[in-house]
Amino acid sequence: MAKILKMVAQRLALGLLTLFAVSLIIFLGVELLPGDFAQEILGQSATPETVAAFRRELGLDLPWYTRYFDWLGGIFHGDFGKSFASDREVSELIGGRLLNTLFLAAVAAVISVPIAVALGVLAALYRNTLFDRTINVFTLTSISFPDFFVAYILILFLSVSWNIFPSISNVSSDLGFWEHVYRVILPALTLTLVIIAHMMRMTRASIINLLASPYIEMAMLKGISRSRIVTHHALPNALAPIINVIVINLAFLVVGVVVVEVVFVYPGLGQLLVDSVAKRDMPVVQASCLIFAATYILLNLTADVLSKLTNPRLLHPK
Amino acid sequence: MARIWKLLKSAPPTALFGLIVIVAYILIAIFGPILTPYGESEIVGTQFIPRGEQGFILGTDNLGRDMLTRLIYGARNTIGIAFVTTCLAFLIGGVLGLMATTLGGWVDQLLGRLVDVLMAIPILIFALLILTITGTSVPVLILVIAVLDSTRVFRLARAVSMNIVVLDFVEAARLRGEGTSWIITREILPNALPPLVAEFGLRFCFVFLFISALSFLGLGIQPPTADWGSMVRDNATLITYGEITPLMPAAAIALLTVGVNFVVDWFLHKTSGIRDDK
Amino acid sequence: MTNNGGNSGEVLLEMRGLRIEGQSEDQWNEIVHGVDVTLRRGEVIGLIGESGAGKSTIGIASMGFARPGCRITGGSIVFDGMDLRVASDEQLRKLRGSRIAYVAQSAAAAFNPAHKLIDQYSETPVQHRVKSRAEAEKDAMELYRRLRLPDPENIGFRYPHQVSGGQLQRAMTAMAMACRPDLIVFDEPTTALDVTTQIEVLAAIKDVVEEFDTAAIYITHDLAVVAQMADRIMVLRYGDLVEEGNARDMLANPKEDYTRQLLAVRSYKKEEAPPDESPVPLLEVRNVTASYGGRVTVLEDVSVKVGRGRTVAVVGESGSGKSTLARVITGLLPPSEGAVLFDGEELPASYKRRSRDQLRHAQMIYQMPDTALNPRQKIRDIIGRPLSFYLGLKGAAREKRVRELLAMIEMDPDEFIDRLPGELSGGQKQRICIARALAAEPELIICDEVTSALDQLVAEEILKLLQRLQDELGVTYLFITHDIATVKAISDEIVVMLQGRVVDHGPKHDILTPPHDPYTDLLLSSVPEMDPDWLDDLLADRAARKARGEKVFESADQ
Repeated sequence: MAKILKMVAQRLALGLLTLFAVSLIIFLGVELLPGDFAQEILGQSATPETVAAFRRELGLDLPWYTRYFDWLGGIFHGDFGKSFASDREVSELIGGRLLNTLFLAAVAAVISVPIAVALGVLAALYRNTLFDRTINVFTLTSISFPDFFVAYILILFLSVSWNIFPSISNVSSDLGFWEHVYRVILPALTLTLVIIAHMMRMTRASIINLLASPYIEMAMLKGISRSRIVTHHALPNALAPIINVIVINLAFLVVGVVVVEVVFVYPGLGQLLVDSVAKRDMPVVQASCLIFAATYILLNLTADVLSKLTNPRLLHPK
Repeated sequence: MARIWKLLKSAPPTALFGLIVIVAYILIAIFGPILTPYGESEIVGTQFIPRGEQGFILGTDNLGRDMLTRLIYGARNTIGIAFVTTCLAFLIGGVLGLMATTLGGWVDQLLGRLVDVLMAIPILIFALLILTITGTSVPVLILVIAVLDSTRVFRLARAVSMNIVVLDFVEAARLRGEGTSWIITREILPNALPPLVAEFGLRFCFVFLFISALSFLGLGIQPPTADWGSMVRDNATLITYGEITPLMPAAAIALLTVGVNFVVDWFLHKTSGIRDDK
Repeated sequence: MTNNGGNSGEVLLEMRGLRIEGQSEDQWNEIVHGVDVTLRRGEVIGLIGESGAGKSTIGIASMGFARPGCRITGGSIVFDGMDLRVASDEQLRKLRGSRIAYVAQSAAAAFNPAHKLIDQYSETPVQHRVKSRAEAEKDAMELYRRLRLPDPENIGFRYPHQVSGGQLQRAMTAMAMACRPDLIVFDEPTTALDVTTQIEVLAAIKDVVEEFDTAAIYITHDLAVVAQMADRIMVLRYGDLVEEGNARDMLANPKEDYTRQLLAVRSYKKEEAPPDESPVPLLEVRNVTASYGGRVTVLEDVSVKVGRGRTVAVVGESGSGKSTLARVITGLLPPSEGAVLFDGEELPASYKRRSRDQLRHAQMIYQMPDTALNPRQKIRDIIGRPLSFYLGLKGAAREKRVRELLAMIEMDPDEFIDRLPGELSGGQKQRICIARALAAEPELIICDEVTSALDQLVAEEILKLLQRLQDELGVTYLFITHDIATVKAISDEIVVMLQGRVVDHGPKHDILTPPHDPYTDLLLSSVPEMDPDWLDDLLADRAARKARGEKVFESADQ
């Protein structure tokens, strides 16, 4: 047990360290790369005095390390600073949108994970059959489609032609749960189609790999039924790779929302990020990037820890 | 020649389809200016002329430019930029990856940690962050995406060459007293080539889709340069009227990636026989 | 085994005209060409042959099973009145595990890592509804005891990775016995084990098969092993039967040439090289201690001297540190203490700081010829590189020398010089490795298990070639090996290693003649001999000595 705790602690520490490094990169990127924001925002006509005053107001005249630790310290209290563009608190801008994004990702995950894993396992079990080949062509095609292509095709059919779902997912907090689900169904379906192929191919590959193990042959030669071989011999060992596949794709999903939110004009963090990039609103960009990166790191960390935890060699040391 | 013919005859239909698509795209990209009736950003009529009217096969776009012309020019720009970016990413990631395994020790450790941290940030988010600061010009776009994508190439190049570097023939070369450059170019690289070539196809697809996505978001290739991602964005409003013209550039993107993916899939089966998917 | 089966009992398994095809690169080629196998109740039949003989494929076909990439295309397989080729999947499933069981070569890979041994044991009887779970567990402990596994009450509650290789192989034999099948297929069950461990497993298998009067198909490439186990032997080659007969008769009086070659394979002995008269040995390893990453010590105070023109064999089992010794000598692993001297001169510890000439003088030949040659280089370039690198040969001079070297290793230059390694057989590849080493004109060649990955007949050819080259060129060999037969065949001096230390060393004659050091004795006595009574006699002898209170050195597995 101690060994596992130690392993988990090590991974957590490593994750924190990475997060710290990432925050430094996000902050320093702005510092080191060329371009003066005060000038940019105020425009070319601004006098040097107004620019200097604006810099002071934003605290841009302080040394970078002071500002970095101020920024980092603020984040621990939920304070991400003030938006350049709208003069509102960044945390205020982000709060509701983050929830919307997570909601969208969750809906997409709930639809895609079971389908992808089931199809992946089936394709592996019926390898090289017509079913498997069809799925292979289908998934290769679908991972080749740009996200927005999938999105517009769905809009064209499900919204414009048949008018089943809305093409614009405008949601607000006063909507009921099911109404909310209804409005995000198109973006969620888009995300599902985009990641299902990846997840399925990865699941299929890991199961095929596993089915080639000598202990599966041994189980067959012991006269164990096919279904029991799958449930008792393959699945316990497939757990680690499948969990890994799922969580990695969830991380992928969280980033994938950016484009989809823009297509469907969905008020999420991704759309905010894109808007802020266009406006060069640094505090908002930094905060959103940090949140996306943190979610991504956290999910990858979870994948890592979970797949280690299902390894019998670690669970039952010598 | 006979060998190539034999190889093609053994290819599955999907791979043949992919090869035809790739060749067609390359031809269109090269001979684009000859094929097009108008200039890249020449305004030739009123905006949104429907398909087939006034002699515009695909109609005109939001500024009254010929869609077909821009679609053909888009092949040049979008594919060209993605190709250059992928090459650069392979140059950076491949060289560093091979160096990391061959030299080992602190070089490997340092590069490995650096790549770990860079890869901890999702590539789209990272690109958005940097492009906010640097602005979006084509050279900057290529450089930023190439550097970010090279981390993935580094990982693969390192993993593949790690498997080769432990083989006895590399040890034999080391014990003979061969230098690092001999070991990389003569012993490791020829054996690492098949998976790296396959990865080049996959990375190209990724970069191609990625640049298209950035352009679609308005943060990639900037107007008036014709580019498939921004063409979708510019004409997206038409879709709500049930018009499929704006989907043509998106379909053009999809078709090429499908083609490359089919060919890579076949290539992977040919070279390894077992390496399924990722 | 003894004569319990003989030729009298009722026929249990009958395979007639068995044809099996294997797939390579989208093409099906026949790999078994109509072989007949008849097995009576309680009889043990040995299938023997080199790689590609089809012995494992035939063995597993007796369960009506073909591995992925193989298919049974002809003949009949009748087990106890049931034709397995027409039987339904469900009928076959019911048969497998309960009436025909299988013991795989690598128990470590064939046990599911996610389940305890006893769970995997119980699965067969419970699933086949032969025993309840509680009965199965009780029975497992009985069998574990019978197979002399340590702590039989509790060992079943461990996971496979918590148990050593030899014990795992016995646990797998127990598992095969769980439903008391009529037939067990043993597929090279001891090939992956050390010799001293192999004895224990062989004894356990033999005992339990006799006890329950189980029929068995025993597959192996080692005639001496099969001599201990089988009533009847079938010699196979390239998917055809070469010779079949009663074990004792065949060993005493083989009819076919091929069988005779297999029997003679361990009889090759070189003539001893003249002792090195010079005061300074060519190579001296002086008090070397080495470890990986500064933690686990793998070599402790090891000293070895190698005289000019002699062959010194370093012998030991896995974990003895013999391969690490080679790494220290070549400079891949700098020792923490001690030194390596070449011709009286201390070599820099790391190969990186050795001069080109120092590197040239000591060349290496590897165990796996498949990975020792760059698959993308032609033979010309593989052999030519040391010529240009060390000796500065270019153009026509280099080409001429490459051809000379190819002729020297008995390969036709015109035929092979333009080939890639992938187009050669294992033995041919190893010859190219030898030529590459010779190209550097070295004084010392380190041979690291050079024959282990080869079939016995091929291995013997390689040993003879190496010996001829030594006679002609006067090159010195350091042989790293686990195989006593190789040691006996080729060495002038022997160094015995155990757990990172040298436990015995001296001229071949001294080491091989009693009285031995206790570990050397265990090692030497554990090598199977062609005599069918050898195992029984050995076990009786060891038991008697124990009974007399003599200290008998036991294998690490016990």
